[in-house]
Amino acid sequence: MKNIDSYSHTRGESVYLDDIPLLAGTLFAACFDAPVAHGILVSIDASAAKQSDGVIAVLTYKDVTGQNQIGGIIPDEPLFAHNEVHFCGMPIALVLAETAQQAAAAVKKITAVIEPLPVITNAREAAAKGQLIIPPRTFKIGNTTTAWPTCAHVFEGTCDTNGQEHLYIETQGAYAIPQEQGVIKVYSSTQGPTAVQRAVCKVTGLPMHQVEVDVTRLGGGFGGKEDQANTWAALCALAAHITRRPVKYSLHRMEDMRMTGKRHPYSSDYKIGLDSNLKLLAFEITTYQNAGAAADLSPAVLERTLFHCTNSYYIPNVTATAFSCKTNLPPNTAFRGFGGPQGMFIIEAAIAHAAEKIGVDASVIQQNNLLKTGDELPYGQKVVSEAKECWSRADELYQLATIKNEIADFNLANQLVKKGMAVMPICFGISFTNTLMNQARSLVHVYTDGTVVISTGAVEMGQGVNTKIVQVAAHVFAIDAAAIRVNSTNTYRIANTSPSAASATADLNGKATLLACTEIADRLKAFAAAELQVPVDSISFCNGQVCIDGHPSALDWIKLVQLAYAKRVNLSQHAHYATPDIHFDKTIEKGHPFAYHVFGTAIITVTVDCLRGTYEFDSVKLVHDFGSSMNRLIDRGQIEGGLVQGIGWMTMEEIVYDENGKLKSNALSTYKVPDIYAAPKQISIDFLNTQQDNLAIFKSKAVGEPPLMYGIGAFFAIRNAIKNFNPAAQPPLEAPVTPEKVLLWLYADKIKTMVDKIKTQHLPVFK
Amino acid sequence: MIRFILNDKEITTSLPAGTALLDFIRYHKNLNGTKIGCREGDCGACTILAGEMVGDKLVYKSATSCLMALGNAHGKHIVTIEGVNIQQLNFIQEAFAIEGATQCGFCTPGFIMSLVGFCVKHSTQDGLTALDAVSGNICRCTGYKSIERAVAMVADKMAHCGEEDAIGYAVANNILPAYFATIQPILLNYQLQQRSSVPVNTGAQKFLGGGTDLFVQQHDAMHDADISLLFDKTHLNGIHQSGTACWMGASVTVTDMLESSVFRKHFPNLVQYLRLVSSTPIRNMATIAGNFVNASPIGDLTVFFLALDAQLVLSDGISTRELPLRQFYKGYKTLDKLPGEHIEKIWFELPAAGALFNFEKVCKRTHLDIASVNTAISIQHNNDVIQQAGLSAGGVGPVPLFLRQTSLFLQGKKVTEAMVEQAIEIAQSEISPISDVRGTAVYKRFLLSQLLRAHFISLFTALDAGKLVKV
Repeated sequence: MKNIDSYSHTRGESVYLDDIPLLAGTLFAACFDAPVAHGILVSIDASAAKQSDGVIAVLTYKDVTGQNQIGGIIPDEPLFAHNEVHFCGMPIALVLAETAQQAAAAVKKITAVIEPLPVITNAREAAAKGQLIIPPRTFKIGNTTTAWPTCAHVFEGTCDTNGQEHLYIETQGAYAIPQEQGVIKVYSSTQGPTAVQRAVCKVTGLPMHQVEVDVTRLGGGFGGKEDQANTWAALCALAAHITRRPVKYSLHRMEDMRMTGKRHPYSSDYKIGLDSNLKLLAFEITTYQNAGAAADLSPAVLERTLFHCTNSYYIPNVTATAFSCKTNLPPNTAFRGFGGPQGMFIIEAAIAHAAEKIGVDASVIQQNNLLKTGDELPYGQKVVSEAKECWSRADELYQLATIKNEIADFNLANQLVKKGMAVMPICFGISFTNTLMNQARSLVHVYTDGTVVISTGAVEMGQGVNTKIVQVAAHVFAIDAAAIRVNSTNTYRIANTSPSAASATADLNGKATLLACTEIADRLKAFAAAELQVPVDSISFCNGQVCIDGHPSALDWIKLVQLAYAKRVNLSQHAHYATPDIHFDKTIEKGHPFAYHVFGTAIITVTVDCLRGTYEFDSVKLVHDFGSSMNRLIDRGQIEGGLVQGIGWMTMEEIVYDENGKLKSNALSTYKVPDIYAAPKQISIDFLNTQQDNLAIFKSKAVGEPPLMYGIGAFFAIRNAIKNFNPAAQPPLEAPVTPEKVLLWLYADKIKTMVDKIKTQHLPVFK
Repeated sequence: MIRFILNDKEITTSLPAGTALLDFIRYHKNLNGTKIGCREGDCGACTILAGEMVGDKLVYKSATSCLMALGNAHGKHIVTIEGVNIQQLNFIQEAFAIEGATQCGFCTPGFIMSLVGFCVKHSTQDGLTALDAVSGNICRCTGYKSIERAVAMVADKMAHCGEEDAIGYAVANNILPAYFATIQPILLNYQLQQRSSVPVNTGAQKFLGGGTDLFVQQHDAMHDADISLLFDKTHLNGIHQSGTACWMGASVTVTDMLESSVFRKHFPNLVQYLRLVSSTPIRNMATIAGNFVNASPIGDLTVFFLALDAQLVLSDGISTRELPLRQFYKGYKTLDKLPGEHIEKIWFELPAAGALFNFEKVCKRTHLDIASVNTAISIQHNNDVIQQAGLSAGGVGPVPLFLRQTSLFLQGKKVTEAMVEQAIEIAQSEISPISDVRGTAVYKRFLLSQLLRAHFISLFTALDAGKLVKV
């Protein structure tokens, strides 16, 4: 089934936040944000701004009617800077004006006196100074201390991954509209309508039933609008609450980039031990997460780094410790994979290191240690694994040995360009690791003309969740999908929603919808059985008809609904779903946090231009564990999109802050995401169809986040190509590998000679 | 008064010429299908088409409406996504739906418009493909493969167009609404009333070409700025050969270069070079002279024409003077140009038969990115002995550099691996890169060395490349 939004999307008729028709009297907001990363906020002078054309008000922390606080997990994040500023881009004042241009012009007239304080941008430095968001956490299985002496090979090293800008093409924004009796309605571009509702309530002081949050769809989220949409919604709602006028704020791209957090950079130490048969025996890591200036979702992201730091491998002895470090960067946040990719990079880096030293291909170690069903993960869950199945199928289908030979032949024949290859297996746990969030509700109405409207807590952001929800209802009622609509996500229709995140949205909201539809269907079947005077278990719905023992009766769906309504049968249902069997005890860091795991294996091949340092991805060939895909078109799109986003993170996407904590990669001209030429030339996807029972909706496994991690293979493929050109090269395990790094790593010795020479010659301007 | 056709309606507006067309479309005409992604021409979400009469032909080009001045829409047919909708999905839209090429949907109208631009372009003279048409569109959801599949469907469809009029074919094949057939007569009527022949107002505060730089750098100031529009002036357009020289008007765009038979004849790898320069919609808008005047140290076209020793004709509205491009830059963003002066024409000696030319550019992302370092070289030689050379480099100093010493050194030299290494040494003494978001100073120094090696490896195939890329 095609994406239900494809009609309006391709015609430009889909409505996003900035497309909502404006009410008369709407004010436009713009932020004056901190120009420095850390300092004492001595004073704010907004007098000139207040006199500026069209300006109605300028708000600061003094104007907050509730609490000046938007922290989600930990209340450590003021909405407006009060005594101190903690990062460049922190909101200090909000201008409200008659037009967006007037608001932007007035912002430029605001000044603040800020006494500078020392700026920390580096996670390890923060940890050394005791600047932690939460106490460190350690996951442990077996005993690494006693395991090291039994290892034939032990290697230690460090590795780093940088952040990643979400770059949803629709920037953040909100539109708050005062209603009668003090209610505020907030349109928000958020993945978490309830998170927005809570933040708005805290800041305005309104109770939750006075705040309605509505989300039609997002122009991309990727985690960036999970908690970080709260700021703009809270600012607009506060302003609407105070002025009693509608207030809109749709961020300019550069505001968005400098004021919002990104994927967390991590810096890690690892120690890996193998026996003489290349079985992994022991693994230790200490990893430092750069959380930015406030907790945001960092503690939860940190947890998932620990959950996934052994990726697809069974390792009997693991000690993994993670520090969430407080720095003066914008609070980093959720991003597709949610700390998992950063954790997986560490084990892949350690394996690459070990393979190089031992003199084998990394794929030999990878394949030798894949999880099998029943293996215990460091957090205590016994896995139901498809890791070996995915690997074997990939090998069989794509012929790993042949690929390696072809690369070797190519490299022999070519002097200036070299190919490299890497295999990337993945294992990703599905569920919010915070067990309580694994619940969802769905509200289904059947109207008397037979059409259906569904409301859930799911937010459509391109992942196709609404299409899958329509499929669920169409399946249960056996009616045409065109007769089913999914409503906007609204906190008045569906309360206490979990954010659309953790890849679990379709599972949770799909299952709740399945329950609601099934309840209605059961009532209608009972009614039909009575009407037709047949046993209820002989009734089914097929192709818009009521069937008896599989044969169409005189009753069709519409007639049935009308008759049932006339007999006062309830045609609406609200249902609640909570994932069964999951639990996790943080005091011992053990439990069964995931409903299931998703597996896959990707083979990535790259060609590096060793003259210019540039690269192109020839192909990514993968086998992915979809369970039993309920929508191949949408699921394929998630794999392709996630993969390319992962490749971007590992290659060209380079976030640059200067030493003062100012973002230098602050626009699309300086932060590059993959374009159409940068996508791999070929992406082959094989659907590993498994019929094993799982907790996924229609056994169709969650597909949002896992494919991003295939992109990690891009780093190692390039690294291998570098070594194929220069076997003596020692490329550090630092992602991303930009064309600059490729050149610097290819020619490290030559460049050192050049630098020495330049120094002695005192050539102009050299730093 | 600005007058043009917006989709199927003729409109007039008295808004300032410097209003961004995007804002006019969205906030004055409430056509919300055109999206705002970045406001700097780097995402393509706001792509529209601008159609105009070129001779007796109606020619459409894609443009990012965030960087297009409302004044530059005058006398044209501006098409937004709403203007290509028909009763059901048009062929391109249907291809996107079938292939799942739209996920969040925010970038989609821009992609569709770029592809409509591909379908209705009048010539394939530019050597670009359907895929190149969407080179300015960023999608963060799909990973592009589904888009590639949809693009292939569109390219297949257009392959059957043959010699037929593209617009007629598109209307007949569910790609465009029928009203497109009525546009030409209206535009012909406009043409008679065009302001294109009115002399340049040299008293204005700003000269505006295609807008691709000014709307990025001075976005907030453009709306109310006192602007002199240059883009559509007849006397500032056109490329022609006169003797051995090539003459260009100042408003010639990168796309004009791509489509010019003069350029294509003398630069066989032109498409390969210019594909590295921004994207299709930006190339449609960006002028050569604008690239010069912008004075960016990494201007691609500036580096290209520095190697060719291009000459500028500057005008203050009364008199003109000529100046080599190589003497135009006085310091960082400082030009040998008076406030009332604008570039009127550019000319250069076309490469003689047997002459060699190469352009190299490396950036973080190969396409639609600003160079870390770029360089061009123009060589006349006889049996591998260089008679004359022009070597330029960008990103390695405060201005785009003509590497005078290195160029002089090359003169009279026989091309050998050792000579290339010597030339690199000299080039290193002529540059002064700094560390910034596009790379560290060390990287830029080394990258220029590599790109100089690339010039010689590309142009002199007898060289032992292995010797030049030793680690």
